[in-house]
Amino acid sequence: MLSDENRIFTNLYGFQSSSLESARKRGAWDETKSVIEKGAEWIIEEMKASGLRGRGGAGFPTGLKWSFMPKAGEGDGRPHYLIVNADESEPGTCKDREILRHDPHLLLEGCLFASFTISAHVCYIYIRGEFIREREALQRAIDESYEARLLGKNSVTGWDLDCYVHHGAGAYICGEETALLESLEGRKGLPRMKPPYPANVGLYGCPTTINNVESIAVVPSILRRGANWFSSLGRVKNSTGSKLFSISGHVNKPCTVEEEMGIVLRELIEKHAGGIRGGWDNLLAVIPGGVSVPCLPAKECWDLSMDFDTLREKHSGLGTAAVMVMDKSTDIVNAIARVSYFYKHESCGQCTPCREGTGWMWRVLKRMVRGEAHEHEIDMLLNVTKEVEGNTICALGDAAAWPVQGLIRHFSHEIRRRIKEYAANPKAEGAVSFPVKR
Amino acid sequence: MSARRLAAVQPNYFSFNEKNIAWAKEQVAKYPIGRGASAIISLMWRAQEQHGGWLPEPAIRYVADFLSMPYIRAFEIATFYTMFHLSPVGRKAHIQVCTSLPCMLRGSDELIGVCKNRIVSEPDILSADSSFSWERVECLGACVNAPMMLIGSDTYEDLTVKKFNELLDHLEADNFPPPGPQNGRHSSEPLGGATTLTTLPAEEKIKRRNADAL
Repeated sequence: MLSDENRIFTNLYGFQSSSLESARKRGAWDETKSVIEKGAEWIIEEMKASGLRGRGGAGFPTGLKWSFMPKAGEGDGRPHYLIVNADESEPGTCKDREILRHDPHLLLEGCLFASFTISAHVCYIYIRGEFIREREALQRAIDESYEARLLGKNSVTGWDLDCYVHHGAGAYICGEETALLESLEGRKGLPRMKPPYPANVGLYGCPTTINNVESIAVVPSILRRGANWFSSLGRVKNSTGSKLFSISGHVNKPCTVEEEMGIVLRELIEKHAGGIRGGWDNLLAVIPGGVSVPCLPAKECWDLSMDFDTLREKHSGLGTAAVMVMDKSTDIVNAIARVSYFYKHESCGQCTPCREGTGWMWRVLKRMVRGEAHEHEIDMLLNVTKEVEGNTICALGDAAAWPVQGLIRHFSHEIRRRIKEYAANPKAEGAVSFPVKR
Repeated sequence: MSARRLAAVQPNYFSFNEKNIAWAKEQVAKYPIGRGASAIISLMWRAQEQHGGWLPEPAIRYVADFLSMPYIRAFEIATFYTMFHLSPVGRKAHIQVCTSLPCMLRGSDELIGVCKNRIVSEPDILSADSSFSWERVECLGACVNAPMMLIGSDTYEDLTVKKFNELLDHLEADNFPPPGPQNGRHSSEPLGGATTLTTLPAEEKIKRRNADAL
């Protein structure tokens, strides 16, 4: 278990004030200038050595991402931009919210370091529209930082940065980085074709880096305490540091908690979330990283290491580390049908496979919940997911396909059972019995 | 995707009040010169607030004119982003119930049942006395506090049917109870007490540690 000494988000629950004064007592904005004086090259090397992988879901190494930006003095005169993606909307994920409302100064100091490294003097924080109080908390923190000349012109930190809050208005797709850029420019959030990548052509056609809130908020701690400290946390290769886990669903005490990467799922749930409702024997499945990753059945979960590589090997993913636990009272087909509805609702409609495919998958699954389908439709459904996956401009198509693939991979017996029950007695009310018989 | 249409009955006119005009100019100034369109979401949001929680067509045109944008671009924004309500919402409260998977697992369907019984049978229309309206929304980003809902600017979390009924009683009496978790916890820590952050290092120690590391 991670010790309190090594935790980055020391005001995660808001037991203390989120004010600048209070944040300073917890170590924020300390030695900021000394870090800046070490230079951008040093920061990039530290970030690479720390092994930090982006916390927004894709897990791209943060230091590497920054190194793609044109170097200071080598650009063509276009301004550089830093954008923080605070459009946290993936069902299950509620970690950035805690940073935004309780520890915003960690984020702002991270913005300063990141902006300095990529030579940006302007940073936009794109926060989802529903986070109204969080937006206010963030704005308060920004105002305090300007007042203390930590942000703004003639900054005491040695790097001038203007930081602005920009909010959305309810569109999951705007969490996709190029859709976010479109939205920030005042259009519908339709993802852009890549290349060109945002590091070359991003906001207003200028070099832009887009990072998740948590990725940026851990930067000050990494730079102050050293890459070695951060990379010593975590139990497995390729996934270093600590991470915020949100544990929701059928656990006794749902919570968000900072833990080491590679923590065993059982330990995570037992220690922090008060165990599974009805005990481990009552576990049906877990979605380990936000609804976009495939679910894992109970038998895979007992000693599951929560890190990028292990979960990928299991045909799932760490994603945003949003753990959703489902016990045996869950109608798993209905649960995944609900996920499919989410993607149908949130598809921007730009690419045909996603626009049509998400609705198609949802409608078929809705029938399968009742068993009102043919067995060959299971294969057909799988086929449709393969037609959507990889055939769209952005990853929303993939994200819509994966949960369905996970369902078919692990619970096709359940779909078949319902189909048989329905076929045997199609007219009767409640032809399908719940909960799941195993 | 969802099809969203403007309401059949619209007011004739919309204009920002003086305070909001000043505020809107500040918003536009956040962006480089000539990039005022970037401010459209925040301006429309403010227009919606000024107009009692929903966005009428004249307001869409007004915001487009304010930012020198073609009407169709503003119309696209208003219909694409689902937090813009294109028809009137409840005078006292518009209740947005999260029904995404984590909330569904913890009983949001039952809360929808309460909405149907106590407010009005269908989402997105007004209750008989126009005081309330409700809708199902996708993830509101407070999954460990499920089931939850957004009312105005505040979230009410860790709800049960009983708690929600009590909440509605209060709202009907024009009394907005404190937002946040409704089961006694502070925020997103485990119910009954945090399992972490119990032994925080002192300020001096943190500063010494930082100075040493650098």
